[in-house]
Amino acid sequence: MHQDETESKKNNIDPHNWVGAHADYLYNFAITRLNDSELARDIVQETFLGALEKVSSFHGRSTERTWLTAILKYKIIDVYRKRSSGAETIQLLPDEGTEDGFFNTNDGHWKEAQQPRPFGLDDHDPLISKEFNQILQRCMAKLPALWFSVFSMKHIDDMETDIICSELNVTASNCWVIIHRAKVNLRACLQKNWI
Amino acid sequence: MEENEITKIAYNCRKATFLIEKKQISTITLREKLELKIHLAGCSVCMLYEKQSRLINNMVKDLFSSPDSREIRLDESFKKELQAQIEKKLNNN
Repeated sequence: MHQDETESKKNNIDPHNWVGAHADYLYNFAITRLNDSELARDIVQETFLGALEKVSSFHGRSTERTWLTAILKYKIIDVYRKRSSGAETIQLLPDEGTEDGFFNTNDGHWKEAQQPRPFGLDDHDPLISKEFNQILQRCMAKLPALWFSVFSMKHIDDMETDIICSELNVTASNCWVIIHRAKVNLRACLQKNWI
Repeated sequence: MEENEITKIAYNCRKATFLIEKKQISTITLREKLELKIHLAGCSVCMLYEKQSRLINNMVKDLFSSPDSREIRLDESFKKELQAQIEKKLNNN
């Protein structure tokens, strides 16, 4: 035990202050990626307890927070993987000719009612952005789990698309379809709720 | 390209928006670039879509690059319990 403690100090790791120093940060990180506050809480708890067991593998090459965040990310991807393994995956993948509510089945043209209209917010005004962000978050929460997972891993963490797809057991072409449909849906939700 | 193929591309917004998404996060082929260019030249709706799609990507990035900005806090009793759990585990090792 004594050896462990000297080791920890050397690498600037201090579990006695973990919750005070990082819990809120990790909670925010998790909740934005999971859209589920209860699950986010559980995952934060698992992260700390899991990290305790790996303290000896922390070599001080990154900060304590970066290290904890990396463990948390791994757990989040695990949740995504579980979420995407359901039957839902298959149902969500219409092919070209399928009715999807946005484009005409025969020629692929925008349906009249679904055509994008200006948001009236094309400049990056911070005050307006704040309100817009809240709508954005609500709209993201409405995306089906698998779409949200792909969208989140791509746009939030900038992971390589082929890595995301293989992590989630989705073929590359289906992955692109999911990304496309997620965005079309998200954009439509923003337009509907922003005025 | 045959004329009816060009017509097909020119009117296929589903395909165009798909390419707009793919282009932003990966690469599209030269042929796809050309197809998209032809489409966008004649479709102001998809031009607007592209603009908004980029805006959304930027906002999502901003939103998530600073988790602290949302200021959601865990409740104190949960935190106390969690730290106690950590201490207990530290003592057991």
